[in-house]
Amino acid sequence: MTNRFESSAAVKDALKAVAYLADDATSGVVFLADRLQKPILVEGPAGTGKTELAKAVAAVTGSRLIRLQCYEGLDESKALYEWNYKKQLLRIQAQRNAEGDGASWSELEEDIFSESFLLSRPLLEAIRATDPVVLLIDEVDRLEVETEALLLEVLSDYQVSIPELGTMVAEQIPLVLLTSNNTRELSEALKRRCLFLHIDYPELDREKEIVLTRVPDISEHLADQIVRIVRRIRQLELKKHPSVSETLDWARTLLLLGVDDIDAATAKSTLNILLKYQSDMQRAAKELTANDPLKAL
Amino acid sequence: MATRSLLEVMNGFVVELRSAGLPVSLTEHIDAMEAVRVVDLADRESLKHALAATLVKNHTHWRPFEVVFEVYFSSLGGRVALAPADIGAGPHDDLDVMLQHLQDAAADRGGRLADLTSDELAEMLYRALLEGDDAVAKALASQAVTRFSGMEPGRPVGGTYYLHRTLRRLDLESIMQRLLDQAEADAADGLTDFQRRLARDEYDSRIGRLRRAIEAEIRRRLVADRGASAVAKTLRRPLPEDIDFMHASADEMAQLRKALVPLTHKLAVRLARKRRHGRKGPLDFRSTVRHSLSYGGVPAEPKFRHPRPSKPEIFVVADISGSVAAFARFTLMLVHAIAGQFSKVRSFVFIDGIDEVTRHFDAAEDAAEAIHRVNTEADVIWVDGHSDYGHAFEELWKTWGNDIGPRTTVILLGDARNNYHAASAWVVKEIRARARHVYWLNPEPRSYWNTGDSIVGEYASHCDGVFECRNLRQLERFVDVLG
Repeated sequence: MTNRFESSAAVKDALKAVAYLADDATSGVVFLADRLQKPILVEGPAGTGKTELAKAVAAVTGSRLIRLQCYEGLDESKALYEWNYKKQLLRIQAQRNAEGDGASWSELEEDIFSESFLLSRPLLEAIRATDPVVLLIDEVDRLEVETEALLLEVLSDYQVSIPELGTMVAEQIPLVLLTSNNTRELSEALKRRCLFLHIDYPELDREKEIVLTRVPDISEHLADQIVRIVRRIRQLELKKHPSVSETLDWARTLLLLGVDDIDAATAKSTLNILLKYQSDMQRAAKELTANDPLKAL
Repeated sequence: MATRSLLEVMNGFVVELRSAGLPVSLTEHIDAMEAVRVVDLADRESLKHALAATLVKNHTHWRPFEVVFEVYFSSLGGRVALAPADIGAGPHDDLDVMLQHLQDAAADRGGRLADLTSDELAEMLYRALLEGDDAVAKALASQAVTRFSGMEPGRPVGGTYYLHRTLRRLDLESIMQRLLDQAEADAADGLTDFQRRLARDEYDSRIGRLRRAIEAEIRRRLVADRGASAVAKTLRRPLPEDIDFMHASADEMAQLRKALVPLTHKLAVRLARKRRHGRKGPLDFRSTVRHSLSYGGVPAEPKFRHPRPSKPEIFVVADISGSVAAFARFTLMLVHAIAGQFSKVRSFVFIDGIDEVTRHFDAAEDAAEAIHRVNTEADVIWVDGHSDYGHAFEELWKTWGNDIGPRTTVILLGDARNNYHAASAWVVKEIRARARHVYWLNPEPRSYWNTGDSIVGEYASHCDGVFECRNLRQLERFVDVLG
C-alpha cells in the first residue's frame, strides 16, 4: 500500500490546487488518515465545507468519490448490498423450463447466491472497487443508533461479511470520510474507530483567502470588508450563523451589484443572503446600524 | 527526545487527560502512539493536531485538551526545559526566530530587547498590534512576562496571579484606545460607526491573541519550574457539561451559555425523532377486520392506529431566589428554547410570592433578554424575599390550579430549602392527581438533600421523579425523560 501523501504540508498544497483551502488541522488529519488507514469523522456547523473536503480529497488523489447519503430509515439493503431477487427468480424459472439437464438444487442455490446476483450498494462498492476510491458517508448523525452498527465492520476492518458468500475484504484501503452536523451524540464505538476533525468557521484571514479564491473577480478591499462583517455577525447570538458558503454567496451578490465599499445600508439590504431567519436578520440589522457605544463616551 | 521518555510523556499525558474528565480509551491511546510515529515531532502544531484527532472526539473537549497539551509538550521539539535559575533571565530559547524579527524591528531604535525601557516596550507592543505582527507581539509578550510578572522559582502562586500582574503593567486598555484613535486618524474623513466597530473587532482579536501568548508563556515557565503534572493539576477545569450550576464563575457561566445553544438543537431533534418513532398506536379493530377479508376472515394482518403524537404541555415552576437562581435561569432558557417540541410551555417563578412569566419569553427576542425581564419585572416577593415554597405552591394552586390538566407535565425547580416555613406538600399531591407527571429537579448534590431546612423529601413522595440536576449533562438526561 503506497501512501497518497508525503506530508501534511503536501496535503495542504494539493488541496489548495483544487481551490480548497485547508487549515493545519484539516491537512494534518487527512495526512494521518492516509498513513494510519483510518476513517475521518468530520464534524462542524453546516456550510463549513465538510462535504467539500471529501470532494477535494477525491480530486487530488484522482479517486472516484462514492457517496452514501444517510437518512433516517437507511438500512442494510441500501447501504451495504442486496440480492437481486428478480434476477434470481428468472434464473430459477429458466432452470425449471430446461428441466432434465440434471442440475441439482444445491448447484442452483450456489448459483443464485453468487456475485453476479449481488447488487452492490455504496459501502460494498467501495470495498470491492479496484480503482482508488474515496468513500463519503454524509450526515451520519441522521442514522438511528442501531443502524450505525452497519458501518462498524466497514470502518474498522474494511470488509463486509455476506452470510451466503463469506467475507469480502477490500482490494485496496479506501479513504473514508464521515460527516456529522452533531445533531446527536454518535456512539462511542463509531467515534473510537475514527480520527476526529472539527471544522469550525474559519479564521478571518483564511476566510478572506477563501473568498478571494472562490470569487475570482472580487477586490481585496471588498473581500476584507465582507469577512469582517461576517465575523461581527457571527458573534451575535443567532439561530443560524452565516456559513462559509453563505459568505461566498454574499460576496458574489455584492460583486454583481457592483458594490466596491460596503456601508451599513448596503449590508442591511442584502442581509437576506447571509441569514435565513427573520429574527436573525432583524437582530443583525440592529447591530449594523446601532450607534457605537464607545462614541458616546 | 529518546523514545522511551516520549512513551512516558505520552502516558502521563493520557493519564492527565483522563483526570481532566476526557474519556480516552485504550484503542485511542494506541492510535495516538501510532500517530506520533508518523508526524514530525519537532513541529508542535502538527503533533497537537495529530494527538487531538486521535484522542479528542468531541470538540467541546478541545480547550481542556489544549491546556494539557501545552503543559506536557512545552519542552518538546528542540526546546530544552529551563533550569529554575534561567527563569526570568532574558530571552527564551525557542524564540530565536521571533527574536530576529524583533531585533529587526528594534534595530531602528538602536537597542537590544533586554535594554528597552518599559515605555519603549509598550510602544513596540502598540506598533506590533497596529500592524498585526503576531511574531513580534509574541516575542514582546515573553519579554513582558520576564519583566512584569515577578516570577520566582518555587513560589507557590497560581498562573493567574502572574497573568494579572503582567496585564496590569501592560495596560492593554489604553493601548486599545490608542489603536482606535489611530484608526480614526488614518481614515480620510473619519470612521462611520460601523467601520469603527469593525476596527475594534479586529484589534480585539489581536489583543486576544496577545493575551493567549502571555498565558502560554507563563504556563511554559511554570512547567519548567514545577514539572508538568503539578502544573496540569492546578490548571484542571471541569468540562462545560460538568460545571456545577450553583458554583459557576462568570466565565464558566459564559461557557455554559455557549454550550446551551447546540444542546437545544440536539435536544429538539432528539425529541422530535423519538416522538415519530414511538411505539405503535392501539389496535385498529375496524381496519383489522376489513383486512382479514383477504385472508378469508382470518385476522392475519393486525392493523394499528397511527400514534397520536401527544405533545406534552409543560408547566415550569422555578425558585429564583439567590442560591438557585443560576440553575433556574438555565433551565427556563433551555425549556423555552425547545418549546416547539411541546404543545404549550408556561413558566412561573417564585421566591415567597409567585408570578407567571410566560409572556416575557413570548415577547422577548432571545432568552437572555427574557431572563433579564423576568429578573426585573416578575412580582415574586410576598413578605421578606426568602424562599417560601409552601406559600408559593398554595398561590399556584389557587390561581392556576385549574389550568393543570391530564396532559400537563409539571416541573418543579428548586433546592426545597424552605426556611422552616410550612411545606404545604398537599399542593404537590393535588397537582399530581390532576397532571400527567410531576417532576422535581434539585440543583443540590444528593447528599445535601433533607439536611438543614431542605425538605425535598416531603415533596418527593408526591412526585413521579426527583432528579439531581447539577450540570448540563444531568439536565440533558432529564429532558430525554420528558420527551
